[in-house]
Amino acid sequence: MVPKRHLWIALALTVIAAPVKAETIQVTIDKLVFSPATVEAKVGDTIEWVNKDMFAHTATVKGGWEVMIPPKKSASLTLKAAGAVDYFCRFHPNMKGHIAVAP
Amino acid sequence: MLIRHTAALAALLLLGTAPLAQAADKPTDPQIAHIAYTAGVIDVEAAKQALKKSKNKEVLAFAKDMVRDHEAVNVQALDLVKKLKVTPEDNATSKALTKAATEERAKLAKLKGAAFDKAYVDNEVAYHKQVDVALETLLIPSANNAELKSLLETGLKIFQGHEQHAEHVASMLK
Repeated sequence: MVPKRHLWIALALTVIAAPVKAETIQVTIDKLVFSPATVEAKVGDTIEWVNKDMFAHTATVKGGWEVMIPPKKSASLTLKAAGAVDYFCRFHPNMKGHIAVAP
Repeated sequence: MLIRHTAALAALLLLGTAPLAQAADKPTDPQIAHIAYTAGVIDVEAAKQALKKSKNKEVLAFAKDMVRDHEAVNVQALDLVKKLKVTPEDNATSKALTKAATEERAKLAKLKGAAFDKAYVDNEVAYHKQVDVALETLLIPSANNAELKSLLETGLKIFQGHEQHAEHVASMLK
């Protein structure tokens, strides 16, 4: 089952064939702090926020995207556009993060 | 409206401004736990009143956030006092906070619509701001137990975040 699925994924990857493999970058949230606060990524990478708090948080870009991150859960976003974005938690705007997205 | 709150919190703040001169009045861990818990309960009760009275989407969303976060903090606080075998101890500061909050709710109960929304949110800004100062200058420096101190520090970040959130909601009501 698993090898078959791997084969299928490998095939899919060769078809889509991005020059650089997309990565998943983890950002931990602990005691109302995004860590690391600044992340460097590229288009196609996924940011995964791992929320260790008992509080719900968001990763929100003003006038842009928003990811809801429930307590003790993770949530992800695949980066689609190049450029640098500042994000914050809408519930606790004192929580801030930054993502530099290379093309 | 805000003046009442300010006066009640003065008890907290006065101690904070002269921690050395009034070292004898430094709250103990059981008292700190009680004050912090009370501060959370007060905000949950204020939010529940808003949930009943307000029709404004922003205000309702904010009030729900307050209930959710402060209840979560207080669950952690109760778990911690149980673990540390500390019995939270009622004290003059907790009593003053509760009295002021009860009076504030009675005032807000008489308001309706936009007037209620504005008074509630303005009070939330002022209340969180003052709890921030009390946590920073009195409660955190006075806490002996490291775990209690750490929970208070998280509480401070929550209160500071809510203050900014409340300021944002206040700016939208204008």
